[in-house]
Amino acid sequence: MSMSELVFIFIAALTISSAFWVVFSNNLIYSAVALLFTLFGVAGLYVFLFADFIAATQVMVYVGGILVLIIFGVMLTNQISESTVTQTNRPRLLAGVIAFIIFLMVAYISLTTQWHEGTVQTAEKTTTVIGDMILNEYLLPFEAVSLVLLAALLGSALLSRKQHG
Amino acid sequence: MDNLTSYLIISAILFVLGLYAVMTRRNGIAILMGIELILNSASLNFVAFNRFGGMTKLDGHVFSIFIICLAAAEAVVALAIIINLFKNLESVNVDHASSMKG
Repeated sequence: MSMSELVFIFIAALTISSAFWVVFSNNLIYSAVALLFTLFGVAGLYVFLFADFIAATQVMVYVGGILVLIIFGVMLTNQISESTVTQTNRPRLLAGVIAFIIFLMVAYISLTTQWHEGTVQTAEKTTTVIGDMILNEYLLPFEAVSLVLLAALLGSALLSRKQHG
Repeated sequence: MDNLTSYLIISAILFVLGLYAVMTRRNGIAILMGIELILNSASLNFVAFNRFGGMTKLDGHVFSIFIICLAAAEAVVALAIIINLFKNLESVNVDHASSMKG
């Protein structure tokens, strides 16, 4: 077993085990910290797929932005004196059964389908190709995403300001 | 190890865990974490298919960037709504926000 396979197994195990911790932990702060490790693990998987730009974006946007926002939300919405943020998980068994059935379906499809596999891409410079594609084929979605970001900025500012009257 | 199926299985596990979190958690922020897991699994699938599916360009990477942008926008708006909910109801339990229920 080569070194890179060992690293791949380590990263995959880190991602999945911390994702389990995100879902099953009763303390929201622990969930947020476990989400940090999950996001770093997914960034590592992107590195294995030769997607260096996506990996850097993942670390900057998710870990630097979204996770900090989530931790802010956790801090703002519970009292400091309350040590554990309890949350009643009501229909646990039914949800577990449904999730397991969906997992079996997806895993069966992934394992049995004959995917169209062509030449496997190797390491190359991705940023030039991505920039070229964003400004050529994907120009309209790119502009739409910028509008969506502007709308989200305005909407969240409107939602979180003080109400008048 | 380095084949399409292992990435698909990892992403399926992430998706199912996110789905389970969305179904069972009653805390709005915990539901948001589950949604982040689901979006990550979709994005991982896009990049994996881009590498192993015989693509000549990097369409999957561009889609993955769009997913990350939309996840950021969604997280901002959802947290603004949850904090407003907390100000009005003193709780982030989504079951308590039922005043419009018929």
